[in-house]
Amino acid sequence: MTTPPKAPPSEWQYVAAAYGVVFVFVLAWVAIIGAKLQRLQRQLGELVHQARDRG
Amino acid sequence: MRDVRGLDRTTAVSTAAVLLLGAALGLIFFYVPTDADQGFSQRIFYFHVPIALTSYVCFGWGAWKALRVLRTGDERADLESYVSIHLGVVFGALTLLTGSIWARASWGVWWTWSEDQLVLFLVLFLFYCAYFMLRFSVAPGRSRSNMSAVYALFGVVLIPVSFLAIRLSKEFIHPVVFTSHGPQMAASQFATFCVAWAALLLLYATLYRVELAGKRVDASLRELRELLT
Repeated sequence: MTTPPKAPPSEWQYVAAAYGVVFVFVLAWVAIIGAKLQRLQRQLGELVHQARDRG
Repeated sequence: MRDVRGLDRTTAVSTAAVLLLGAALGLIFFYVPTDADQGFSQRIFYFHVPIALTSYVCFGWGAWKALRVLRTGDERADLESYVSIHLGVVFGALTLLTGSIWARASWGVWWTWSEDQLVLFLVLFLFYCAYFMLRFSVAPGRSRSNMSAVYALFGVVLIPVSFLAIRLSKEFIHPVVFTSHGPQMAASQFATFCVAWAALLLLYATLYRVELAGKRVDASLRELRELLT
């Protein structure tokens, strides 16, 4: 039994892929900045704690 | 006070970027007519070309800041140059990806080595990728700033070469839209292109400001930690 050959992607699929790549980039960038903000917040909290301990 | 004002400006720029990106997508998919020659896939043009032009702007801004590093030794300019080149490489990667998808849709191939424009853009992209290898192979300090600045200035020379490549090349399949007679497209297409480019420039401005702010906060925290320990 043979499977029918896969049809080539239509033009709108290529357009969706191109705009999807840009969207994924923006999403990834937001995720990276979000993770960085969390790290900075944690480090700042540690430093505030250290400063309080020192009086 | 200065930081608060800077944050306000970042909020304004990012809001404008989101609004213009929405407007650009609306124009691309609901307003601009389908190109008679290339069909529906021509819509990739409205993001692909502005992304490429924005990457040139990133590298150009990075070179301008690099010049300031060499003239004044300003450490802030060194960080600004680095962030701009970093974003230029990201926009460059997006140019290659979206261009490759468009090439597959209209030429039937993902990549062709016979196109000067494509190869020169790849050379420019790889040149700036090597910038990071150079920068992170040297200890932070004045010599690293100077070396990075000189490298960034050398790279900017490749931009006009890359831009003019298709105009100088005799045999090409890559379309030339902007000629000495102006843009070769309908008014609605040109307007859509302008909105998309403005949106991507604002996106670059937003990413630049946020990344720079993050790096500055990081540096301040490091300094504070050293003072406390």
